[in-house]
Amino acid sequence: MKNAKERLLEIKNLIISFYSYRGIVKAVDVDNLVLYKGESFGLVGETGCGKTVTALSILRLISNPGIIERGEIIFNGEDLLKKSEQNMREIRGKAISMVFQDPMSSLNPVFTIGDQATRVIKIHQNVGKKEARERAIRILELVRLPDPRKIMGVYPHELSAGMRQRVMIAMALSCNPDLLIADESTSALDVTVQAQILKLMRELKEKISASILFVTHNLSVVAQTCERVAVMYAGNVVEVGKVREMFKNPRHPYTIGLMDSIPKLGEKAKELRGIEGMVPDMINPPSGCRFHPRCPHTMNVCKTQKPKMIEIEDGHLVSCFLYGESRQV
Amino acid sequence: MIEWFKRYGREIKPQIEELHYSFFIFRKNPVTLVSLLTILALISIAVLAPYTVPYPQSALGEVHPYEAFEPPSMKHLFGTDEAGRDVFSRVLVGTRISLYIGVLVIFLALLIGLPLGIIAGYVGGKIDETIMRITDMFLSFPPLLLALALSVAMGPSLVNSMMAIAIAWWPWYTRLARGQAISIKERPFVEAARAVGVGKSKIMLRHILPNSLTPIVVQASLDFGGVILTAASLSFLGLGAQPPTPEWGLMVSIGRRYFLNSWWTATFPGLFILITVLTFNLLSDGLGEVLNPKLRRA
Repeated sequence: MKNAKERLLEIKNLIISFYSYRGIVKAVDVDNLVLYKGESFGLVGETGCGKTVTALSILRLISNPGIIERGEIIFNGEDLLKKSEQNMREIRGKAISMVFQDPMSSLNPVFTIGDQATRVIKIHQNVGKKEARERAIRILELVRLPDPRKIMGVYPHELSAGMRQRVMIAMALSCNPDLLIADESTSALDVTVQAQILKLMRELKEKISASILFVTHNLSVVAQTCERVAVMYAGNVVEVGKVREMFKNPRHPYTIGLMDSIPKLGEKAKELRGIEGMVPDMINPPSGCRFHPRCPHTMNVCKTQKPKMIEIEDGHLVSCFLYGESRQV
Repeated sequence: MIEWFKRYGREIKPQIEELHYSFFIFRKNPVTLVSLLTILALISIAVLAPYTVPYPQSALGEVHPYEAFEPPSMKHLFGTDEAGRDVFSRVLVGTRISLYIGVLVIFLALLIGLPLGIIAGYVGGKIDETIMRITDMFLSFPPLLLALALSVAMGPSLVNSMMAIAIAWWPWYTRLARGQAISIKERPFVEAARAVGVGKSKIMLRHILPNSLTPIVVQASLDFGGVILTAASLSFLGLGAQPPTPEWGLMVSIGRRYFLNSWWTATFPGLFILITVLTFNLLSDGLGEVLNPKLRRA
């Protein structure tokens, strides 16, 4: 049923490495990840598991010493990795835009909001100064900033974090992108503002019919906003599925550990459990399944072979040998 | 006018408030305010002097042998020099030359230094290495010595000495701009700009340059005094302006010979050098404060 939907973005066999003095950091090794048109998709995982790098690679913004070794990132049927830098620049901000983690420093402090918002529109849309300004005001209105005309004239430091994030979202949406990547966009905000921003993004998504990729370590954000979610561990996607399904019935041992390590309201107080062990060293990642040193169900095969993604239920994919008997994808 | 203000007043209000805050910060610091006023006075002297001084011909080098070495009086406020020229008129007209030297040299040095520094810092890699090794070469000489050698090589004249100083001066701005560019290119708004599809040159122009300007403007205003002093030194050594140009350094140089008998010939131009250099240094301190966005609005 899901497959009937149009694919907006597909990441295939993507490998990204960072060449550090200590050695090559194999930050991302994603076999397959699909985003459908109009859906909100969550990419979760702990700090340093490669979520942000994956997100940045979609815009080809990985900079030295990071290199996209190989793979395909197919967006609207075209491989972004084969595009020229010039073409990429046209895609950035127009077809795919991004909202960053820290609203406090994502705006240029020396220009007014209006100046920056107008500029984004002028880069990608062939409109005059007046028209660009009008559009900027309209888009600021859309993200429910009070008195957008006044906000056009203020400098970033005069706004609160929540307001700045609204501005960032406005700028990201100003060219009607097909895909909005929200990289930890609410992590720097307090919970009430976070809730407002998430609600806003949900509503705007419907309004402009874009897909949103939420990159976050916060499972509650995913639960509130996403339809489907992928869990990353040490650069690999270990499980993909619908949000409800994932929260109710996680399959991969890492996902199970992750779900157990968040306190739940209304449940009889179970002892909160963490996942044993530490995040692996990405210069020498564990052989086979990268989770095997911490996994409670390690088998011999886990240490030597990399598990493949298998579909165990409709739209629920997991890469773990525990579910080996199911059909391969 | 009122109609216009009604329509656009709201839009320009932030800019007006901005200026207002700048003045507020200046006011809080009396030393800065005094230096600002002094500089405004110097600028108006530079602009108006050739038309208003009592003896404009003196500035051009008209000679009155019979009036040589007259002490300061109501007729000649700063006395007269060895050729009977009015020192007051010459010093005032000289203001224009000195400010002109300062502005032009700093402008030239910034013109070379800033883009190189920002490119070096933002692009990095081999380009950075190359640019920085070249600046290192220039920086291995003391600026006065390098300017001296260059103006000797190019021949003594005011324009040559200005070029020589600019050539000796730009590497400092390159260094400063590079350091700024390196720190600013890691800031999230630059990444955000890249994410909306802004090109390299635009990022350097719109994001790196304006954000690295504060320390550079402060440094430039601090250097203003230094440049005027260096130019005066070159003139003093006979390598800059040539007589009868009313250049302060040159006037001190010539006046020095008659200093014991007629102190006014060297003292007044020297005093103006002192005042100019000092006020620009004081102003640059204040500018650092005005341009610091964290001290604004509170």
